[in-house]
Amino acid sequence: MKQFFTFVRKEFYHVFRDPKTLLMLFGIPVVQIVLFGFALTNEIKNSKIVVADYAHDNASAEIINKIKASAYFDIQESLMSHEQIEEAFRSGKIKLAVVFPANFNNDLVHLNHAQIQVLADASDPNTATALTNYISSIVNDYQMALLKTQQIPYRIVPEFRMLYNPQLKGATNFVPGVMSLVMMLVCVMMTAVSIVREKELGTMEILLVSPFKPILVVISKAVPYLFLSLVNLTTILLLSVFLLDLPINGSILLLYAESSLFILTCLAVGLLISTKTDSQQAAMMMSLMGMMLPTLLFTGFLFPIENMPWPLQAISHFVPSRWYYIIVKSVMIKGLGISQIWKETLILFGMMLFFLGVSIKSFKIRLA
Amino acid sequence: MREPVIKTEKLTKRFGDFVAVNEISFETYPGEIFGFLGANGAGKTTAMRMLCGLSIPTSGKATVAGFDVFTHRDDIKQNIGYMSQKFSLYEDLTVLENIEFYAGIYGLTDREIKDRTDELIQKLGLQKEAKHLVASLPLGWKQKLAFSVALIHRPKVVFLDEPTSGVDPVTRRQFWNMIYEASANGVGIFVTTHYMDESEYCHRISIMVDGNIEALDTPANLKKKFEADSMDEVFYQLARGAKRQAD
Repeated sequence: MKQFFTFVRKEFYHVFRDPKTLLMLFGIPVVQIVLFGFALTNEIKNSKIVVADYAHDNASAEIINKIKASAYFDIQESLMSHEQIEEAFRSGKIKLAVVFPANFNNDLVHLNHAQIQVLADASDPNTATALTNYISSIVNDYQMALLKTQQIPYRIVPEFRMLYNPQLKGATNFVPGVMSLVMMLVCVMMTAVSIVREKELGTMEILLVSPFKPILVVISKAVPYLFLSLVNLTTILLLSVFLLDLPINGSILLLYAESSLFILTCLAVGLLISTKTDSQQAAMMMSLMGMMLPTLLFTGFLFPIENMPWPLQAISHFVPSRWYYIIVKSVMIKGLGISQIWKETLILFGMMLFFLGVSIKSFKIRLA
Repeated sequence: MREPVIKTEKLTKRFGDFVAVNEISFETYPGEIFGFLGANGAGKTTAMRMLCGLSIPTSGKATVAGFDVFTHRDDIKQNIGYMSQKFSLYEDLTVLENIEFYAGIYGLTDREIKDRTDELIQKLGLQKEAKHLVASLPLGWKQKLAFSVALIHRPKVVFLDEPTSGVDPVTRRQFWNMIYEASANGVGIFVTTHYMDESEYCHRISIMVDGNIEALDTPANLKKKFEADSMDEVFYQLARGAKRQAD
């Protein structure tokens, strides 16, 4: 046991004396959270728009107030002619214009039917779609409110219901994604590289010739990275709660337990890579191509899996991070318990056993 | 006669049809410097791996430090030292940390670790450098340190795998002085080398060709037997007959 601690202490020396490793360990989660949270966000905030209100009545005023109150829009000017609006679009000053016709309220009350013109700069289709969606949900909100107070016999109101994420926060998608990405990176790559480095340096030979058991070499390598990954997990969770206002709805204990399972899976994959490669570069390449890319592509946090052709969907089932992503989303965002995610947990557990088995076997073969 | 530290009898290793090591038999004794020579691919490494407990022989018999290579590999590991041409120190650890780490994984007690570390630092004159990273040491010192670390747990026999590759002649000479000192203390030395002049420093040498030991004697006797002026010539005469390609 004392030998084991001697070894683990040595591993910590390695980590803390290498600025590059340290930077990767603790810099990456912070950078990724901040990047995804603010720079690469797919929600649109403070878009400049204009509102042309020819009606000047209660109804239009109320809707305008709602638009003003939303964080998505920044109303530039309140009244402009059509020519001015066109000019503003052309010069790129605004992304969207909302036009209320005269008699807006009258039409609404007497004809039960009123129109609003929404003009969007569709040169950026994603932004345009998002903005018009925001506007239509604001208008819908208003319609719903009207329904309650007035006796309007029949009106079809499209139902916009955003489950779990009424504000359409991008964070719900990427925080679990970043978590699986960072775990992958730290565990797979660092474990693989740290074992392969011993091979490259020739110290592995010495360790194998010593009475220290090979399996203990592997475990002592894994312990520091398991520990550091849990530290990383904590950093990510703290950032997402306090910086991105994304609460943890489920059990934190369950989240940590599931994360440990995923970390162990990653460590096993890292070990497998280390037994198959002989240089640090090769190990790094294999970790990046073999694990990072599938994590980015197949977890569903950047590209929706449902939209992929079926062969790719099939492949995604073999990517551990896909299951971890589902688990984290379920526990953290939806607040579900183990009874709803036992299937994913079981799959992840099976993968962990598989990778661990294969890697320990190939580690032994190398020794024989 | 003293008990041999390494004793092999028809020790053989096959990989499928390929016979890497073919029935080699030899004995080495405490304090003896035994040179283990052979061209690349002759089977030196495989033989050494078997003796270090890293590889299980296909047939034959062997004991190292009195323990059987088939059944007591863990005991063997506790009683041998090993050093390769890579010196195998952790560059990002200090001199002290390296010593303590290797002493630690051999299961020495804290008391032993402290005493032997102090003694070693004293002997090597590394008091000033003890807390410096190994990366900052000159090559010669690293090599001495690596050798001393390989002896930290007082092994009965130490395996040196081309320990002087890529080292300048002066450092090599100094290194051999350390080997003689260990030998004088009764440690069996098992050394492989590519430098034929170095092989003359050994008490006895064996030369492997294609998995067989083709010659085994003192350098002087071998030179007489092959009517050669130098070990280089002896080696060349034997290796010329090799059929295997170097790996």
